[in-house]
Amino acid sequence: MSDPAGADRFGDAALALELFMLAPDALGGLVLRGAGPARDALVERLKARLPVRRLPAHIDDERLLGGVDIAASLASGRTIRQTGLLEEARGGVLLVPMAERLLTAISGRLAQAMDGERGFGLVLLDDSVSGEEGPPPSLVERVAFHCDLSNVREIRAAPKRKPVPIARVEPADGEALTALAATAELLGISSVRALLFALVAARAHAALQGRTNVEEQDLQIAAGLVLAPRATRLPPQEEPEDQRDESTQENSSEGGAGDSEMRQAEDTVLEAALAAIPPDLLARLAEGAARRTARGSGGGKKAKSKLRGKPLGARPGMPRGGARLALIDTLRAAVPWQPLRRREHGDDPPEGLLIRKSDLRIRRFEERAAAVTIFAVDASGSAAMARLAEAKGAVELMLAQTYVTRSEVALVAFRGTGAELLLPPTRSLTRARRALAELPGGGGTPLATGITTARKLAETIATRGTTPFLVFLTDGSANIAGDGTPGRGQAREDAEAAASAVARIGFAALVVDIAPRPRPEAEALARTMQARYLPLPMADATALQRAVEAARPAPQAA
Amino acid sequence: MARFPFSAIVGQDEMKQALLVAAVDPAIGGVMVFGDRGTGKSTAARALAGLLPPMTTVEDCRYHCKPDERGSCPDPCTSGRNRKAAVPFVDLPLGATEDRVLGALDLERALRAGEKAFEPGLLAKAHRGFLYIDEINLLEDHLVDLLLDVAASGENLVEREGLSVRHRAQFVLIGSGNPEEGELRPQLLDRFGLSVEVRTPEAIDQRVEIMRRCAAQEADPEGFAADWKAEDEKVLKQIARGQKKLATLTVPDEAMADMAGLCRAVGADGLRGELTLMRAARALAALKGARAVTREHMIAVAPMALRHRLRRDVLDETGSTVRIDRAIAELFG
Repeated sequence: MSDPAGADRFGDAALALELFMLAPDALGGLVLRGAGPARDALVERLKARLPVRRLPAHIDDERLLGGVDIAASLASGRTIRQTGLLEEARGGVLLVPMAERLLTAISGRLAQAMDGERGFGLVLLDDSVSGEEGPPPSLVERVAFHCDLSNVREIRAAPKRKPVPIARVEPADGEALTALAATAELLGISSVRALLFALVAARAHAALQGRTNVEEQDLQIAAGLVLAPRATRLPPQEEPEDQRDESTQENSSEGGAGDSEMRQAEDTVLEAALAAIPPDLLARLAEGAARRTARGSGGGKKAKSKLRGKPLGARPGMPRGGARLALIDTLRAAVPWQPLRRREHGDDPPEGLLIRKSDLRIRRFEERAAAVTIFAVDASGSAAMARLAEAKGAVELMLAQTYVTRSEVALVAFRGTGAELLLPPTRSLTRARRALAELPGGGGTPLATGITTARKLAETIATRGTTPFLVFLTDGSANIAGDGTPGRGQAREDAEAAASAVARIGFAALVVDIAPRPRPEAEALARTMQARYLPLPMADATALQRAVEAARPAPQAA
Repeated sequence: MARFPFSAIVGQDEMKQALLVAAVDPAIGGVMVFGDRGTGKSTAARALAGLLPPMTTVEDCRYHCKPDERGSCPDPCTSGRNRKAAVPFVDLPLGATEDRVLGALDLERALRAGEKAFEPGLLAKAHRGFLYIDEINLLEDHLVDLLLDVAASGENLVEREGLSVRHRAQFVLIGSGNPEEGELRPQLLDRFGLSVEVRTPEAIDQRVEIMRRCAAQEADPEGFAADWKAEDEKVLKQIARGQKKLATLTVPDEAMADMAGLCRAVGADGLRGELTLMRAARALAALKGARAVTREHMIAVAPMALRHRLRRDVLDETGSTVRIDRAIAELFG
């Protein structure tokens, strides 16, 4: 995907960083997506100006918030306290590498600290590759700038500037506020935080330019840096291609509060925001709808993956038969008895902690029979629209059951020349409804691509410790090859190759033959895939859902 | 960050009303707030907590004992003196452990003195105040169960690690979440008294007003608070009057019949819907200084009391609020 004309992602990110460093408290921080020299250069710039602390992903509560250092306390026999990282980062910046892997518990803490007396800025380094992952949305929401630096090679020195203190910049006038509010509304941004960030960013930009009043160009920069990455829709009947050229023009407007001028300010701010909208969002919006919830960087992130078991606390027991020792809980159980046990030893108690078998605690994990059912639906002309409606109904019915089964549902549709992940794994009915509302149909049948997309999704899911289950809704016919070119023969071969790849990995799969008259192709496909085959010529949503539930392998205990 | 004055919040009328109703009658049992991020959910809740007058507690009591309950907490508190403390607003972070929430063995004292002592958790901290849980739909179910249980019983009972502790924990539970990121089990939803949907006002001038007020508050928190003090005082008086009036208000039989009829018409499961509807209508009447509970009060609180209790038909996309409004229109014209 190419950048829109004139987009300067490094320049934008560098500017965002400058603005952030002028008002770290009010702007919260920034997301820097995409590892590489460009990002490293910016982090270096940050380090040169503000004290930076790194936040390791595996940090625990004690280290983060401060508290009793158990290990040191046990060793020395007296209470040793440690200050938390949040305290240490005060007045500086907390740098979070691999922010997309941050644990919910830690992101919750950080979000809370940012809502309170913040005192620190947050820089999230997002290394996610696809739009699937991303830093926790709760944190992304709380930082002003979302910059994407993936594949940016160009690095330029920071221009020398003489900023004035931001406090000296006069508050923006009503016209400026209206321009920002109107832009946010047109871009479908509901968060008030975004508006406030944009306002501060505009003032910071004025300060950076050495001015004490907010001008239109400040608003444009703020709209481009803060509002554009959060856009969830494009304003109606606007041609973004035209807007871009105009936005580069010099805008002449200083003072004057006439209605036409006000309108003009709104327009130019909106143009600036439109020009800065990420190209992939634009592409998706142009197709008709942003399929994933485009909030923050890189589209909607799966809210919470049900990873393997969650620790539930410990219970007494011996660490054998696969059970793991819960060290802290064991120590905790042993500690109160120490004086007594020492007394038992008489005058010469041994050194160290006296631990008895009865102190031993083992870990328990909540067993989550987590499973993701991936529907791969043939949305081509040959499968007709009715099929899609039934698949959609089945997905919704399954989601309604997820309270009980703890499973998630994802949906891949293939048609035309490619396959598309319409619904990333989710438990949310609301989200599913929105994603499925405009399920497109028609075109050729790229069966191979559909199978491959579903398999790749299944592999991603499997690495998270969740069990995927593939359900293919197809009549087995294919007429678009894996590389997107038409041709029945090649398409057939590619589909078989893709199917055997599924078999090799050994995921449980089900092929539902949706042809009005069951055909040998679908059955052959199921055989290649080592999947179950189920002809359901007249199936409706309910029947389909029941069939899938019945065919699904019993979830494995964690 | 200084607290934002409650009366300075733009829009969010339903949420503000729900919070006031819950403040007048905490027995209603918590408010669930649905809405996107950054729509001011926690700001409103925080603002209400900050608005309330300081409470009197026994000096140095970790459980916020009232002066007339002196010595009844697990510590027990022995100081003869009282002190004023702000109404607590506890923000429960996602990923909090059971230990943090319930309280646990005080490791420090165990290490130092070999004593088995209880270290109170967040529930003790929230006693007589508010417990706010952001993204409650992402909180682990067992924790949510536990919280709702304590919220309903007003008491935290800890039986673990050889500890056996019981202390008061009465608080207004406020949960918030975005349904797009995973839904709450219906059983849990049902246990919340009220639920509201929060949206950022769409009108540009309202949004501008929000920005203006936030900027004003940031620039001069004290001055801003002073500007709104009179308005906040009014709200405060309203709550105090409501609390006083609540005990004497009765619900007439006709109103009861209306409520039962409405619950049946919308298909709200269980008795909890009717009870909450009754309580909320009464609290609203008390808040407004009305002499009796009328149909208008009931209609005003019906959406927030019932919206989350309707049985869901998966393939019917009609929103719950719409269904309630329709039923109200049919029944009461």
